[in-house]
Amino acid sequence: MSAPVRTEAKAPTRPEATLTSLQGVWLVAEREIGGKLRSRSFQISTAILLLLALAGVLWSGFQAGGNEPTAIAATADARADLPGSADVEITEVADRAEAEALLRDGTVDAAVLSDPDSPVGVLILAESEAPDSLVALLSVAPSVELLDPDSASEAPMRYLLGVIFGVVFMMAAISFGSPITMSVIEEKQTRVVEILISAIPARVLLAGKVLGNAVLAIGQILLLITVSVIGLVVTGQTEVLQGLGAPIVWFAVFFLFGFLLLAAMFAAAGSLVSRQEDAGPTLSPVMWLTMIPYFLVLFVGDNPVAMAIMSYVPFSAPVAMPIRLFFGDAAWWEPLLSLAIMLASCLVVIVLGAKIYENSLLRMGARVKLGDALRG
Amino acid sequence: MLTLSGIVKSYGERRVLDDVSFDVVPGRLTGFVGGNGAGKTTTMRIILGLLAVDGGQVTLGGAPLTPAVRRGFGYMPEERGLYPKMRVLEHIVYLARLHGFSREDATTRATAILERLGLGERLDDNIEALSLGNQQRAQIAAALVHDPEVLILDEPFSGLDPLAVDVVAGVLQERAAAGVSVLFSSHQLDVVERLCDDLVIIAGGAIRARGSRDELRAQHATRRFELLSSADAGWLRDEEGVEVVAFDGGYAVFDAADEAVAQRVLRSALERGDVASFSPQRPSLAEIFKAVIV
Repeated sequence: MSAPVRTEAKAPTRPEATLTSLQGVWLVAEREIGGKLRSRSFQISTAILLLLALAGVLWSGFQAGGNEPTAIAATADARADLPGSADVEITEVADRAEAEALLRDGTVDAAVLSDPDSPVGVLILAESEAPDSLVALLSVAPSVELLDPDSASEAPMRYLLGVIFGVVFMMAAISFGSPITMSVIEEKQTRVVEILISAIPARVLLAGKVLGNAVLAIGQILLLITVSVIGLVVTGQTEVLQGLGAPIVWFAVFFLFGFLLLAAMFAAAGSLVSRQEDAGPTLSPVMWLTMIPYFLVLFVGDNPVAMAIMSYVPFSAPVAMPIRLFFGDAAWWEPLLSLAIMLASCLVVIVLGAKIYENSLLRMGARVKLGDALRG
Repeated sequence: MLTLSGIVKSYGERRVLDDVSFDVVPGRLTGFVGGNGAGKTTTMRIILGLLAVDGGQVTLGGAPLTPAVRRGFGYMPEERGLYPKMRVLEHIVYLARLHGFSREDATTRATAILERLGLGERLDDNIEALSLGNQQRAQIAAALVHDPEVLILDEPFSGLDPLAVDVVAGVLQERAAAGVSVLFSSHQLDVVERLCDDLVIIAGGAIRARGSRDELRAQHATRRFELLSSADAGWLRDEEGVEVVAFDGGYAVFDAADEAVAQRVLRSALERGDVASFSPQRPSLAEIFKAVIV
């Protein structure tokens, strides 16, 4: 039973040169991607994310197009005092008793009767609450003149963009970053890392993991954007898309490098511990770095100085810079400078991350101290 | 030839390896035997470059090991580890590809070695779905799939049933016969005894004995003989230069002062009746092991 199998196994010749680093990186990345795509939890969370995006688009479409007129009843004399408006649909009634009957059976939301005691000459009769649109219609308002009408209408949009970019960046970083930590720990915990490291250098393994998860993260974001854009076009909300094109492209570019930055940190954090239970303490600083930009954009998003600073800090730049670009707050060279800073810090963090990773990957047991991992 | 010379390793104050030197010769199976905590795993991890040495060096064919050379080694770590969620074949193919084989070659090799190890039916099962013994086989396949010229296996037989032990032993012997240097550790001294050409015995971080199995046996041979004859063996007690260790009718075990005494006893026994067997008792590995580690 000796010879034949051996010669059979020999048939493909042993490659002279072992695979290049690049091939190794891609192999590792491929495994990460394949494993993730196959995992049930990833499929489900992606589906939920897409459904949420779609629901958001549809809901906002419904909100925009769905202002149904308020049904009201009015006596003939009161009707004369009502300014014409598309927001109300008027049913004429003879007197208060008829109006009350219509109110009680739900045909109308409110009734307008003439009331000589009122300064505006009419009385609104409603079941429990008067419709705002109707009250507004009948109220006397002072004339308002705005000197800078644009900035006021910007505020909600600014806030909304901050939330959207912030949430997308934070969610993607956490949902693709923390699995990197977990999979690094899994490899340490199951000791498969000893076999991997006897086949490929630690740096190749690190690069492959980061690349694989980055591809997944970007893929999911692109899918999300595609679904949202199609949803917006189908529901006719094309005006939202206008002016959003360039910021989205910048967001994608910043996102890519911002993610690589965080991913290297997530991997390095994982390599410091040997058991999933110990992940918390090493993971939390990285988690904070991921979440802080989001909260900052929410809280100080209307402060131009804070936003300008944040658009240069690598961790918050992916969120802050696209927003500034959208409102034309940033000069053309600003995103380029910020991107250069981002790239430089990306390199530094990846080099440091690789060092920590290499030095702690084979240390089992207690958590490796950061200083020890950096010294090697 | 893989050569360890003067390997020293300390963890803090504790010296775990002290001047460890031995050879692993191509074409031969070298058994690495020692008690718990003797330093077997540390030594193997040093050979693989997973641990740094504090002194000494490991060479292959006279040249110090480089990471590139080490990547041609096959390694089975002490604590088993494969990705639990990967399929058996997929996993072994992945490892072969990491060693530089094309997808086709890797698949051919992985299938061949898994079938050889008796996992042909389980190729598409997840690793975590396998029994421990079968995971062990997959682990061995992981060490062998890239046709390494040096094999370092930490306890390859632990957890295997006797049939699986035979299969794995057969595979290792084939590899050795093809010129691979094989070093494996084991607690199962009977398996080591049956399989190994060379032995290295380690205790307390120091090598206590090394050499070919037969050499070691000769070194530790006692003048103990076993006699089975038709006549009552009681006469042996009065024989000069003989010390009876065990005695039961025609069966006796005795220590002879020298070879001449033994031959004289054999002649006397033949005069007194038929001799069914007369043989020197060869020391078992367990006996050698106990003798060298104390």
